[in-house]
Amino acid sequence: MVLAEDLAKQQRSISVAEFFEKNKHLLGFDSPTRGVITTIKEAVDNSLDACEEAQVLPDIFISIKKVSNEVFRIIVEDNGPGIVPAQVPFVFGKLLYGSRFHQIRQTRGQQGIGISAAVLYAQLTSGVPTIVISRTGAKESARRFEILIRIETNEPDIVSEQPFEWDRIHGTRVQIEFKSTMTAKKKLLEYLRYTSVVNPHARFRIELDEESFTFERVSQEVIDCPVAIQPHPHGIEFGQLKRMAAQSDLRIADFLVESFSRVGRKSAQEICERSGIKGTLKVNGLSSDALKKLLTAMQDTAVPAPPATQCLSPIGEDLIRRGLEKEFQMDFVAARTRPSSVFSGHSFMVEAAIGYGGRLPAEGNAILLRFANRVPLMYQQGACAITECVTGINWKVYNIPQQGGFPTGPVLILVHVASTNVPFTSESKDAIAGIAEIEKEITLALQDLGRELKNFVSRRDRSKLADDRARAVCAIIPEIAEKVSSIVEKPLVDTSAIEGKLMHKLIAKKAGRDGNVIIELNNYTAQDAEVTVYEISPDTAADAVPKADFTSEADGQFTKVWKVRIPPREVRRISYSGKGGGILEIRGIEDAKKMVVDLDV
Amino acid sequence: MSKEELEKKSMEALLRIAGVWYEQMKAGEIPSISLPTRTKYNIEFDDASEVWKYGDKESMRTAASAKSATHLLKMAYVIGFIKQQLIENRSSTLREMYYISEGWKRAKFGAQDESNFLIEDLEILSDVPREGFHLHPEENGASIYGPMRIREETRRGMKTLHCQDDVGQAGYTIPNNVENIELVDHDAKFVIAIETGGMYDRLIENGFDEDHHAILVHLKGQPARSTRRMLNKISMAWDLPVMVFTDGDPWSYRIYASVAYGAIKSAHMSEILATPRSQFLGLQPSDIRDYNLPSDKLTEKDTEALKSELTDPRFATDYWKKQISLQLEMNLKSEQQAFAARGLDFVTKKYLPARLSEMGII
Repeated sequence: MVLAEDLAKQQRSISVAEFFEKNKHLLGFDSPTRGVITTIKEAVDNSLDACEEAQVLPDIFISIKKVSNEVFRIIVEDNGPGIVPAQVPFVFGKLLYGSRFHQIRQTRGQQGIGISAAVLYAQLTSGVPTIVISRTGAKESARRFEILIRIETNEPDIVSEQPFEWDRIHGTRVQIEFKSTMTAKKKLLEYLRYTSVVNPHARFRIELDEESFTFERVSQEVIDCPVAIQPHPHGIEFGQLKRMAAQSDLRIADFLVESFSRVGRKSAQEICERSGIKGTLKVNGLSSDALKKLLTAMQDTAVPAPPATQCLSPIGEDLIRRGLEKEFQMDFVAARTRPSSVFSGHSFMVEAAIGYGGRLPAEGNAILLRFANRVPLMYQQGACAITECVTGINWKVYNIPQQGGFPTGPVLILVHVASTNVPFTSESKDAIAGIAEIEKEITLALQDLGRELKNFVSRRDRSKLADDRARAVCAIIPEIAEKVSSIVEKPLVDTSAIEGKLMHKLIAKKAGRDGNVIIELNNYTAQDAEVTVYEISPDTAADAVPKADFTSEADGQFTKVWKVRIPPREVRRISYSGKGGGILEIRGIEDAKKMVVDLDV
Repeated sequence: MSKEELEKKSMEALLRIAGVWYEQMKAGEIPSISLPTRTKYNIEFDDASEVWKYGDKESMRTAASAKSATHLLKMAYVIGFIKQQLIENRSSTLREMYYISEGWKRAKFGAQDESNFLIEDLEILSDVPREGFHLHPEENGASIYGPMRIREETRRGMKTLHCQDDVGQAGYTIPNNVENIELVDHDAKFVIAIETGGMYDRLIENGFDEDHHAILVHLKGQPARSTRRMLNKISMAWDLPVMVFTDGDPWSYRIYASVAYGAIKSAHMSEILATPRSQFLGLQPSDIRDYNLPSDKLTEKDTEALKSELTDPRFATDYWKKQISLQLEMNLKSEQQAFAARGLDFVTKKYLPARLSEMGII
């Protein structure tokens, strides 16, 4: 048995820190470029969570500066509640230390690995300790820490700690230096933009070397911080039950009612009967076998779904729309928040939005924004259940072209999954696992939105058709008239009768001819039309007949305004010398009753 | 019809079209035109002239959408252009008109196809062939070789030519305006219209025209309007049967159909372009079987084309139904030059004499 003894000498426990040193990819530090994004993501997640808990509107400042050839200094600063000095070393210098791991509510960070992993990564690549400044209120002074992690023991190593003069009343600032590159700059900005879309109450300021960007907030309302709830009997595993049982000195029936959400006297009794264990026994005295029976009974007994309204914090349809509208110029946006639902005892809620047209790229695959608990998912799109749902829908039904499953054209799709326990495919939290209940909700939300988009597009096509007709009648037919009249050698035939018959509208036509600009207003409606004519062009129109009622100039563009009254079936003309071009607008008459035609286009 | 009569008819017809639009607009109506639908579902056999013409189905084009209005505007510009051309006694090719349209702003043509279609529309509306508009096609007609004499009014004066004695070994080239040709005399019993140049040359080299008193016409694939007009003219003037000799595939049957009945695109001109007396000589699907000719498998497109021909009114005869069904069954096609597998003389010494006597021609 010499070999076994030799082996035994090599066998020892591994610290978490050591483990992650060797498995950086598990936490999203697999490459230096990705490291920057992961670090900022973790810090920003923490800041947003903290602000939410403290009920303040987040103001987050992010700076990335190149310090030397390969080393970058990353600073993330927030106006959150700050961290009490005694806790700072643990939050940043110990892996798996956190306040939210044991709570059942929607949070961004969960396991408490994120930011300390960044500290570890910095220490491994640049060797520089992480600097943390935090202040918890006006009465307290800020403190500055320099922190490293003791890799063998996973304990913080405080290099220095001293008071600090800080102009912020409360908040936290973390400064991390590590080896990296800025090749992922685009992705980073994308990440921050998407974060800002689903956190419309937050403001982000970014300094990237010499450039600066701001993602402004569109909502002044602090979002409600989700409240932790007790575990649901369907969403618990053996280990957790055993731990809870060991810490309790209640009888089983009381334990079930007190420690779980939605379990009443009746349900507790049913669970006990099912398990064949007396409800009057003390729970901490149960054997493992008895606990297993109890767990099975808990999961087999019908218990109402967990209370989602308190523990989940959906963004809301209105804020999703506003968030998207501020970052993307689109012709159409619709959002859906689905009712909450449950998988394996965990509450979840799906929100989705579809945007169309505007500045979205007209070709190629639709833009897909994936979010889990208000955090953008930036990697592994192909492995994500959201992507699966999007490609599984038959978009052609909604008149949207589809290629290789993906909808194409100027389409943006946003999906947000909020849950007390988002089922990620791995610890780097890049993709949501395929859970049937979640997929069903995503699909329903998207189908609903697809129908709405279809309506919008067909409405738009109908109005395009009307425009097309107007163009034909008001612009092309007069040209046909001119040509035909000259062929048959008769006087120019007047086509205004055709216009009037077809349009029953106020038709404003503008044309530039031989150095003159003519605006013609034909009232084909049955009522008097009192309208205001706005024209913006480089022409001054100083010699206009009739004279403009008002003129102003900005950047070489002149705005001319005429007030005109046109009785039914009459014509008014405005003319002046100029080159034409610009914009013509008629106000004071409803859209359906007017038509503006630019004959020079 | 003389040149002057044609020009007068054409001018009147064009002014009539413009006149209708003028009156429509004057009455406060949107200008419109109505044209026969130009698909195979709207061609009918005309018993009197024995050719296929457009039926009653019409489609109305009203200037109520930007697209249709632009179409009418273009037509108006073309009418104006032709009017000017007739007044100044000038002519141009379709391609030249396409380039001239560059200056027509909104009415300019997007592609040559568009101007071709528009001219066809005008031919239908006015019942005047494009020659009457002083527009002529780009391509030359194909060639003729055989015992016949013609007189042609060329730009360099009147010329009389015998199509064996006065021409090179490629034959006489049919000009693009056949109206300027006068058929003088002949010593022929029939006409063979041949799809490929290779077979045309083979027949000349083997002296088939002399041995059998045959006029040989090279179709050059799908025949140009002038070639079809020439065949129509010869057949009418001299009362000669026209035998069409093509490859044995669905595309070649369409060549025969356009010679015999007219093309769908020009059904409005069928009376002067089609030769109802022409007959299909070969290569028949049954020849592939009977002569065991070298052959290829039908492609998916061939099969599709054959099936579509089964529903084409021009192929709605027992003969064609039988041949096309046989071909679909064999799943084979052959080129006319496949006869070379049996020796270079086989086609002129065996196949054609046998087939022509079977058809009662010799």
